[in-house]
Amino acid sequence: MTELNLVQAVNAALKHAMSDDSNVLVLGEDVGIDGGVFRATDGLFKLFGEQRVIDTPLAEASIAGVSIGLAAQGFRPIAEIQFTGFAYACIDQIVNHASRLRSRTRGRLTCPMVLRSPAGGGIKAVEHHSESPEAMFGHIPGVKVVMPSSPARAYGLLLSAIRDPDPVIFLEPTRLYRAARGEVSDDGKGLPLGQCITLRSGCDATIVSWGAMIKEALEAADQLAAENIAAEVIDVASLKPLDTATILDSVGRTGRLVIVHEAPMTCGYGAEIAARVAGRAITSLLAPVERVTGYDTMMPYLRTEAHYMPTVGSILGAVRRTMAYS
Amino acid sequence: MTIGQRDNSMNCVLDTNGKLIGTLPEFARDPAELWKLYRTLVLTRTFDAKAVSLQRTGRLGTYASSLGQEAVSVGAASAMQPSDVFVPNFREHGGQLWRGVTLKELFLYWGGDERGNDYAGPREDFPNSVPVGSHPPHAVGVALAFRLRGEKRASVCVFGDGATSKGDFAEALNMAGVWKVPAVFLINNNGWAISVPRAKQSAAETLAQKAVAAGIPGEQVDGNDVIAVRAVMERALARARQGDGPTLVEALTYRLCDHTTSDDASRYRDDAEVTRHWPAEPLVRLRNYLAAAEHWDKEQEEALLRECASAVEQAVEAYLATPPQAVSANFDFVYADLPAELAEQRETAIARARGAA
Repeated sequence: MTELNLVQAVNAALKHAMSDDSNVLVLGEDVGIDGGVFRATDGLFKLFGEQRVIDTPLAEASIAGVSIGLAAQGFRPIAEIQFTGFAYACIDQIVNHASRLRSRTRGRLTCPMVLRSPAGGGIKAVEHHSESPEAMFGHIPGVKVVMPSSPARAYGLLLSAIRDPDPVIFLEPTRLYRAARGEVSDDGKGLPLGQCITLRSGCDATIVSWGAMIKEALEAADQLAAENIAAEVIDVASLKPLDTATILDSVGRTGRLVIVHEAPMTCGYGAEIAARVAGRAITSLLAPVERVTGYDTMMPYLRTEAHYMPTVGSILGAVRRTMAYS
Repeated sequence: MTIGQRDNSMNCVLDTNGKLIGTLPEFARDPAELWKLYRTLVLTRTFDAKAVSLQRTGRLGTYASSLGQEAVSVGAASAMQPSDVFVPNFREHGGQLWRGVTLKELFLYWGGDERGNDYAGPREDFPNSVPVGSHPPHAVGVALAFRLRGEKRASVCVFGDGATSKGDFAEALNMAGVWKVPAVFLINNNGWAISVPRAKQSAAETLAQKAVAAGIPGEQVDGNDVIAVRAVMERALARARQGDGPTLVEALTYRLCDHTTSDDASRYRDDAEVTRHWPAEPLVRLRNYLAAAEHWDKEQEEALLRECASAVEQAVEAYLATPPQAVSANFDFVYADLPAELAEQRETAIARARGAA
């Protein structure tokens, strides 16, 4: 066990996967000698060489497109898009090609690629560097969408994403890159995709979140405990496919659901989760479902971004509102 | 060379009458090889006419004809090795047939059945790219895979003149140039992107010169001269296999048909222009050459037409006799393993298809 921050855990997973399987490649802007703008690929160039750690020209759509060609040929490309705000250029390639190559050829060609990108706000970055597009990717049949919330989970989920036979969008919470530290055992063990992770048990309310907001969700649960409110905290981890069963099971026990995400509210993943719970567990609900989300505005520039982000306080408020029903 | 300038000479071997005006490449000295090219051109046109008529009678989906452009596709594919990978747009039926995609598979695809893309022959070839010009990056990835594995293989990516206006085309050409990957990019320039003529697509004098900015060779070829197309493609593929990097080839041809069966070109194009281009079409040219060399006669032509018609008829019968896939197939290839949420939807769809509520 070593204590790593989240970006170091990503690096360790990449290193492990590349050592295990010579078909695993890394490509993207500045991923080579520079080790990536966040250092996620630090040292890989020296270890594995320019054939497997490939600096690309500055062309996001083609980073995704070239990965599709490589994947169809049996490689396992891991494409890095420097910031999620620049990943929108890849959406045509992901929607029209990567996601459906298996389906449209009835399994003749497949696309086992990973598109990694730092996501989310709260990092005082310049515009376009703080996006939370998980719902956009989640709407695409044929891809998987994963967002880890700790170094150990980043390590395990990324390994599984790399080994997965289908395209995976792997969104790394930038805010946690260096803030989150934790024990990581570099044992090559993957964490299953498509499964929620219950981080804290409780019987009064269920807080469901993912990515960087897990930090606030856990802090809120700590404070609620002092008020004798036992909040269960579920890290969704894999947004697609979504492990509805774990969420339904929890809400069945607590009767209260608070969903927390940074992305704008409208058409956000919270809506999907709320709809599934309403559809299958409405009789378990003791209170209306609460969504604590970013606003339906542009992500503000850094001077006012704190006003956009959900906070521990806003989560506490939402849980308390649900507790008013009994 | 001044920046942006290039050699504007056009590669051609036969004139529009089929008279030899260039140097006959090695393969073209073998009459059997020329007959094979001619046969595939005729087969493609027979398939094409049948596909249009099936669409008109409600037995095929919207179809993109390749009438007049057959030589670009067949010429390119005939220059390839079977182990190379073809990354085509949606108008390359001729090349696909040469590479071993079956007529039945083509009918299935255009009839709206995904199994048409599950080629029994060229297993690694890409299916048609319908979003115009979005596939050149795939050809770069495939070619990079070959280079990384040290294989002497190449990818061939075909797209239309409209595709050269797209960002993905420029990105792919640029990347291929930087990495010197074994890819050949072929512009099937038929003069029209639906209703937008070549002149409104780009101010560049030629589309081949777009290679200049990517630092790779670019050349033009008479796209209605199947011998010339194959010769140019063979040279480009040889360079690719030798590690000399990618080439951009612009084949000049003409779309003698509508864009697709959903299009009516008379809304934007003079019939006179089409009539003017008919004499340059690719089949008659090769036929005239073969006839002059005494490798063709009327009986052979009639036998060939009968053979192609019969092959197409058999494929149509096989296609029409193929029942649609079970509704479950739409779920079974979304992922390698069916997620729980999709498994539920699959059950719902099966029940609905059975007529349950």
